[in-house]
Amino acid sequence: MKALDQLRDTMRRDRVFDFMLQTSGLEVDVSHGTILYLEDISVSFDGFKAINNLNLYIDAGELRCIIGPNGAGKTTMMDIITGKTRPDTGSAYFGQNIDLLHLTEPDIAQAGIGRKFQKPTVFESHTLFENLELAMAGDKRVWPTLFARLHSQQLERIDEVLEIIGLQEHRSQLAGSLSHGQKQWLEIGMLLMQDPKLLLVDEPVAGMTHQEMDRTAELLTSLAGQHSVVVVEHDMDFVRSIARKVTVLHQGSVLAEGSMNEVQNDPRVVEVYLGEQGEA
Amino acid sequence: MKMLNVLKADRGGQIFLLLLLLIAVAVPLLNQYTTADNPLHISTYTVALLGKYLAFALLAVAVDLVWGYLGILSLGHGAFFALGGYAMGMYLMRQIGERGVYGDPLLPDFMVFLNWDSLPWFWHGFDMFWFAMLMVMVVPGVLAFVFGWLAFRSRVTGVYLSIITQALTYALMLAFFRNEMGFGGNNGLTDFKDILGFSLQDDSTRIALFVASALALAFGYLACRLIVTSRLGRVAVAIRDAEDRTRFTGYKVEHVKLAIFTFSAVLAGIAGALYVPQVGIINPGEFSPLNSIEIVIWVAVGGRATLYGAAAGALMVNYGKTYFTAALPEVWLFALGALFVLVTIFLPKGVIGLFRAKDKQT
Repeated sequence: MKALDQLRDTMRRDRVFDFMLQTSGLEVDVSHGTILYLEDISVSFDGFKAINNLNLYIDAGELRCIIGPNGAGKTTMMDIITGKTRPDTGSAYFGQNIDLLHLTEPDIAQAGIGRKFQKPTVFESHTLFENLELAMAGDKRVWPTLFARLHSQQLERIDEVLEIIGLQEHRSQLAGSLSHGQKQWLEIGMLLMQDPKLLLVDEPVAGMTHQEMDRTAELLTSLAGQHSVVVVEHDMDFVRSIARKVTVLHQGSVLAEGSMNEVQNDPRVVEVYLGEQGEA
Repeated sequence: MKMLNVLKADRGGQIFLLLLLLIAVAVPLLNQYTTADNPLHISTYTVALLGKYLAFALLAVAVDLVWGYLGILSLGHGAFFALGGYAMGMYLMRQIGERGVYGDPLLPDFMVFLNWDSLPWFWHGFDMFWFAMLMVMVVPGVLAFVFGWLAFRSRVTGVYLSIITQALTYALMLAFFRNEMGFGGNNGLTDFKDILGFSLQDDSTRIALFVASALALAFGYLACRLIVTSRLGRVAVAIRDAEDRTRFTGYKVEHVKLAIFTFSAVLAGIAGALYVPQVGIINPGEFSPLNSIEIVIWVAVGGRATLYGAAAGALMVNYGKTYFTAALPEVWLFALGALFVLVTIFLPKGVIGLFRAKDKQT
């Protein structure tokens, strides 16, 4: 009977065959106001449950901070959203229409999800200008890339982003010669060039001085609104300075969610995370 | 003229192409219009030798494209070179016709010797020059495409990829050693008579092949230069330096690698096709892993990621090889090994790196 039901389901007249559906190149649909849906996601590595029944929703235009102790599954979650890791169960949708679990990393990037790595990763033997040029949104297939030329608007856009991240004077310098903090900014600039709808930022202020941190906070808050931004961070002062809504991850699932104050006063959170920090 | 745009800001490349043009003109002139007692005279033997070096230089450029710019250390490029060589060799065999030892109008000598009564299917069409030239590019290209498709899609990188490329060329060597394969087995293909109706023994044919090699090297260089100066070339370097970052930036890394690797294999095939008529033989020894490693040494000695450096390295090392194997044959492999070690330690940017450093100081 099950086979018959499956056949009926496949042949339903109001449906299109799966393989006929367009999977890449879709415009993300956020008409319900939510840009990212993660539902019932679980993934385990060699029996260790890195993500356990995770449910997370990100609103369009929101700036969300995700905190949690080491091993809580923050980076694994980013890996799942960007296609690097496939979950064992659950679903991940970008907007209402894009199923992230069936796309490759480059397709997801092209659909509008940009990611900054924990360790700043830029193209070190290219100049800053070239780094931004490569990141720029556009047709990234082999043949068009071979014959790609920069238009004047694109040039302006690159200079604009250089100004946003405050590195104009390093325009023709090799990215490898930048300081650690500058590389972090350059990477954020590369995300901006991709023109993503959703930015995933993994530990943006690791290894930054206080001044640099303030500038990064300013930069990220200015991005929210036009983009949705998800920040994973350890530094509580930094989270406090930018967060409107905070999600606490613990052992692969959401422990608490709310404003920084609510979360800080949640006894469970205090126990697993903030408490430890407070004592230290 | 548009092609020459890619040479802007490439002083090394300009000098390289000028020198290439110079020898492409001077060598034939010195061979034809001086007599043997003139100190400037270049013998026909030397012309063929130089032509062989130029084919090697093209091969080195092809390896530098994937190693220097894409970060794929291919230890199997000798396979693509040899396949191109075999395709050319098959054409040359078919041109022998009745002049073979056994006088069979259709079958090459080794097939008569093996008592075969008909031409294997894959030998058909090779009596036509255009078809053989097409195969010179198609066979290495298709092999590289299939190999690359499997390897890059499985995200095999680094040392593992190098080892697989090595295994690829080794497997091909063993296969081509077998008589049943139909490529002349151990002896390979040899005793060529003529190409396009011109005798391979004539001075003029030798010179034509030499000039063809120089032209192929020049165009190969320009094509590679076109790629590395394009945005695609910058993506390639990005993949070399930070593969994951490139992927999350939205580039399909596998496709970029596949395209450039296949192009490089085609260039290697063309180099092989130019090599074979100038040395007069192709045998399975060309597939040996040692040959492929030698190519990498040429590139390292000349200077990685410069293209012209790779070509210069191929010319220098092969000149050394010709000299050493004649004067002190037993020393050559030691010298080659020592050269590789010394260059890696003292000249990480190759011989070209020396000149470049001077450029910057002045």
